[in-house]
Amino acid sequence: MSIKRTLASFAVVLTVFGGIGMAGAADKAGEHHDKSHVERQNWSFSGLLGSYDKAQLKRGFTVYSEVCSACHGMNLLSWRNLMEEGGPEFTKDELKALLAEKEVPAEPNDEGLTHSDEDGSRLMRKALFTDRMLSPYANDKAAMAANGGALPPDLSVMAKARGIPHAADNSEASAWYAAPFYGLMEYAGWIGGTLKDIATQYQEGGADYIYALMTTYADEAPAGVDVGDKSFNHVFPGNAISMAAPLGTFETGADADKEANKELDAKSRDVSAFLMWASEPHLNARKNLGLKVLIYLIILSGLMYAVKRTIWAGVKH
Amino acid sequence: MGHHESNYEPKWDIAKWFDERLPVARMVSDQFIVFPTPRNLNYWWTMGMVLFFFLIIQLITGIILAMHYIPHADMAFNSVEHIMRDVNWGWLLRNMHSNGASFFFIAVYIHILRGMYYGSYKAPREILWLVGVVIYIMMMAAAFMGYVLPWGQMSFWGATVITNLFSAIPIVGDSITQFLWGAYAVSQPTLNRFYSLHYLVPMLLVAFVFIHVWALHVVGSNNPEGLSVKSSDDTLPFHPYFTMKDMYMSVVFLTIYAFFVFYMGNYMGHPDNFIRANPVVTPAHIVPEWYFLPFYAVLRAIPDKLGGVIAMFGAIMVVAVLPWLDRNPIRSLRYRPKARLFFWLFVIVAMLLGFLGAKPAEGWYVTASRILTAYWFIYFLVIVPLLSKMETTNRRMPGSITDAVLNNH
Repeated sequence: MSIKRTLASFAVVLTVFGGIGMAGAADKAGEHHDKSHVERQNWSFSGLLGSYDKAQLKRGFTVYSEVCSACHGMNLLSWRNLMEEGGPEFTKDELKALLAEKEVPAEPNDEGLTHSDEDGSRLMRKALFTDRMLSPYANDKAAMAANGGALPPDLSVMAKARGIPHAADNSEASAWYAAPFYGLMEYAGWIGGTLKDIATQYQEGGADYIYALMTTYADEAPAGVDVGDKSFNHVFPGNAISMAAPLGTFETGADADKEANKELDAKSRDVSAFLMWASEPHLNARKNLGLKVLIYLIILSGLMYAVKRTIWAGVKH
Repeated sequence: MGHHESNYEPKWDIAKWFDERLPVARMVSDQFIVFPTPRNLNYWWTMGMVLFFFLIIQLITGIILAMHYIPHADMAFNSVEHIMRDVNWGWLLRNMHSNGASFFFIAVYIHILRGMYYGSYKAPREILWLVGVVIYIMMMAAAFMGYVLPWGQMSFWGATVITNLFSAIPIVGDSITQFLWGAYAVSQPTLNRFYSLHYLVPMLLVAFVFIHVWALHVVGSNNPEGLSVKSSDDTLPFHPYFTMKDMYMSVVFLTIYAFFVFYMGNYMGHPDNFIRANPVVTPAHIVPEWYFLPFYAVLRAIPDKLGGVIAMFGAIMVVAVLPWLDRNPIRSLRYRPKARLFFWLFVIVAMLLGFLGAKPAEGWYVTASRILTAYWFIYFLVIVPLLSKMETTNRRMPGSITDAVLNNH
């Protein structure tokens, strides 16, 4: 039958293309050991059975509060989120201790004042669980003034707002006679990459990017590259980044401090996981329910097919 | 609706009383239970029911999302995140709605290509086809406006690119564009009216779906042989045969859909749309949702703005007039090997155009887009009409659906 033939040829084409593509992508990963390539990391929260590692999220929060929060806020999160199920799950007492010293700008008081009428300073109050994890700056202008004109972005959805492309980039091939060949290779890479992403449920591009960003700062820009007052980072688009290496840079050479390098790697990993949780706080619940729904629907499909077969048995069609 | 005699017999007095006043039960019985349907329909014919399922999913999730969404330029982005974080099951509703749009398009593209392959647009189904094209255009409008609502970078810049297309119209273009915006740029009034229309268009779409089903039930389903129904041997009652087959395929589709909803909810979107809309920062590459990519490639293939816009809308319009481009009496491409070859070439070209639509408009991507765009139009305007005049007979064609069924198995 022609439909079966068509389907079969479709499957063959897809497999061949996908195969070439995956092989191509693997090849690329092998040869491209330059640092501008964002490597995919292993995360506890990837895949069908993935879930956050509570201890890692707690460590990541520590990095966030000790380092990131000096300039960045997460205005979509409240402190209470830190003790909710599926996150770092701090206990109430732990959270109370965390907020013990924390003060936030107070709402207008009973006299309608937001600033002290004695010394003009901002009136403050103790932070509550329901308060948002705000930026340390009063407003964007203040943040830019303190950071050489650059605005430290809010980190609430950062891990969803970044990704890494999967397609092999062959656009150097510009000769007209080579274009069809490279074009098909690139298309194959695109299909192969997509199939691979689906097979691995790849949704961790943001975490991979943040980890790469934290770990690919250079002490000095390569010769011939001028980044001005900025820092040089291998994966940041354009390489010149206003944020100085927040967790330091790797030491190289014979007398490199291996412990420090390990710590940098671990902190980068932890804070990436924490930001992933901040972007997707319901990931655990989502994947947990998803598995049940999938199993249910697969069994239901089987039953439906059996009923369909029974009804159609004896009817030529 | 249909031409067949009604054989509905009310069993109880109350049913008889009701039937004399409003024959709803009679309609359901005639149209969805005993409705005679060609017995040889294959699985490509199950997309109608799948689409119906997705329409219902989109309506229900959309109505609930609208209870939490705020159509304000300063609050829209955060209100969507509020749904994802703080609304009970909000992450599920939102993932279902955004991925539901993609699956709606997957099913509709299969549905359209099935219609093209088996000649479902030919007499007497031209109106059915045209109503279908109207539904498709409404879907595109609803999907486009829905994508603008989260007010991320792709929302904003996608809206800017698409609304700016109208400015290519000579003389009145700029006025029309400003009329669409409700301002001098994409801004608050634009978001607010897109929200209103995003709610209205699907309601109109439901009405057109009713007309589509009505038109289908007047002429009956086409079938893989492309032969008209000649006797009652050729058909089976809709229930339980096709209800069951359709429901089975719907569950299969829902399973794949659930995989995306629960595990790859953001895969078919773009990371840039998790960056708040910023009118002064343009994203490096402005890319529409995947289901618009082939048309986006056609738009950018033409080096002239007005020309590109005409080509893009033309690419859809040539599909609408297909019943008058292809007047060959043989409906099904099963019996037209030459036309079949060019049809599959068209499918491959459409997919390649989708790939090119996701790429920047530079280098060989542009050259390839132009060649493939040319094929799109040559296919509809030259190849189809030419082949329509050839290939008018095929000795292998069976005499009836029943013949085909009995000989093929």
